[in-house]
Amino acid sequence: MAGKPKLHYFNGRGLMESTRWLLAAAGVEFEEQFIKTPEDLDKLRNDGSLMFQQVPMVEIDGMKLVQSRAILNYIASKYNLYGRDLKERALIDMYAEGIADLGEMIIRLPLCPPDQKDANITRIKEKTANRYLPAFEKVLKSHGQDYLVGNRLSRVDIHLVELLYYVEEHDPSLLANFPLLKALKTRISNLPTMKKFLQPGSARKPPLDEKGLEQVKKIFRVP
Amino acid sequence: MTAKPKLYYFHGRGRMESIRWLLAAAGVEFEEEYVETREQYEKLLKDGRLLFEQVPLVEIDGMRLTQTRAILGYLAAKYNLYGKDLKETARINMYTDGTQDLMTIIIMAVFKSPQEKEESLAFAVSRAKTRYFPAFEKILKQHGEDFLVGNKFSLADIQLLEAILMVEELDASILSDFPLLKAFKTRISNIPTIKKFLQPGSPRKPPPDSHYVELVKHVLRF
Repeated sequence: MAGKPKLHYFNGRGLMESTRWLLAAAGVEFEEQFIKTPEDLDKLRNDGSLMFQQVPMVEIDGMKLVQSRAILNYIASKYNLYGRDLKERALIDMYAEGIADLGEMIIRLPLCPPDQKDANITRIKEKTANRYLPAFEKVLKSHGQDYLVGNRLSRVDIHLVELLYYVEEHDPSLLANFPLLKALKTRISNLPTMKKFLQPGSARKPPLDEKGLEQVKKIFRVP
Repeated sequence: MTAKPKLYYFHGRGRMESIRWLLAAAGVEFEEEYVETREQYEKLLKDGRLLFEQVPLVEIDGMRLTQTRAILGYLAAKYNLYGKDLKETARINMYTDGTQDLMTIIIMAVFKSPQEKEESLAFAVSRAKTRYFPAFEKILKQHGEDFLVGNKFSLADIQLLEAILMVEELDASILSDFPLLKAFKTRISNIPTIKKFLQPGSPRKPPPDSHYVELVKHVLRF
């Protein structure tokens, strides 16, 4: 009998949040064990639970999976959110990697040195407006369908909508010129499982505040 | 009739090298078009072939695929190098994401200032020695099999060999504490398609030199 997946991470978005979104979208209940201190992380490492000494780690189906992409790929495959064939999967992967590239820039922002922050924010906005959002608007325009790939919900719709929420948190005006993306965001947000996840009290995590940032630095022993 | 895959990248390793390794290991012949000028790059952009304005680009089976991992995933599945079920694929992904992380440190190092480059490369060697190679040595020890996953040759084995050779270029003694990885290296290197790839005259690219770095910086304007 399979237990619920168990997520090991700190109590924040970071590199685990897209897994939370995907599990939620698939309607899969999961548990979370939060890393709160450096000692918690040490324990996981000493147990041999973390192949490369890193989190995220997800216990699922008898495996201790690390590496966010490996985790997302497994969950997407298992819950039929990865396209119908190799070619659809390739498209999904290509789009998902672009989303992850931009997502990672956003995740790293709180950790960058204060004197680089403005330059990084400018860079992120520029890439969002000129590279990433236009690419996805164009995909939706090219086929006119409700979902990015294969006329069917897949992981990449979830990943993109998650990203759009973050873009909106930073600067809502960035979405202004992308009507199809806005419509996708609304459509996906209205799926019953997503609607539930977007409500207060769900497993969704807020942005990192000062206190959260201090805790993260402590846990990962970042000077 | 299927045309050969066509690779678009600079004439060097970078992010395309893992793809060359995979195709070579699978015994698949491919063509390469080298991006050597800003104009060539702008033409690729204008033609709409680069979804996120980036190379690598691989044209295969009627698709214009960018994003290294998307390309590797498609090729691995197509050529049966991706495990026999979801769990094996998950393990292969976990292992290859690790080797990619390690190789990325080395790939990015050449674009840094001389001091930062030296620090990055030292960091890569340290990470190989204390984090990545011990993890893979442990896996080989635990199952005692010839290949990393499912007792069958997969993308994970190809990437690990690529990573080992890359780190050995920085520190020739890196495998001294890893007897199983040493045996693994010999074994995988002797697979006929890989043996061929490791010989001079193959599509394998040399380590980046200053000319390569300047060219990439010039074409991509950074």
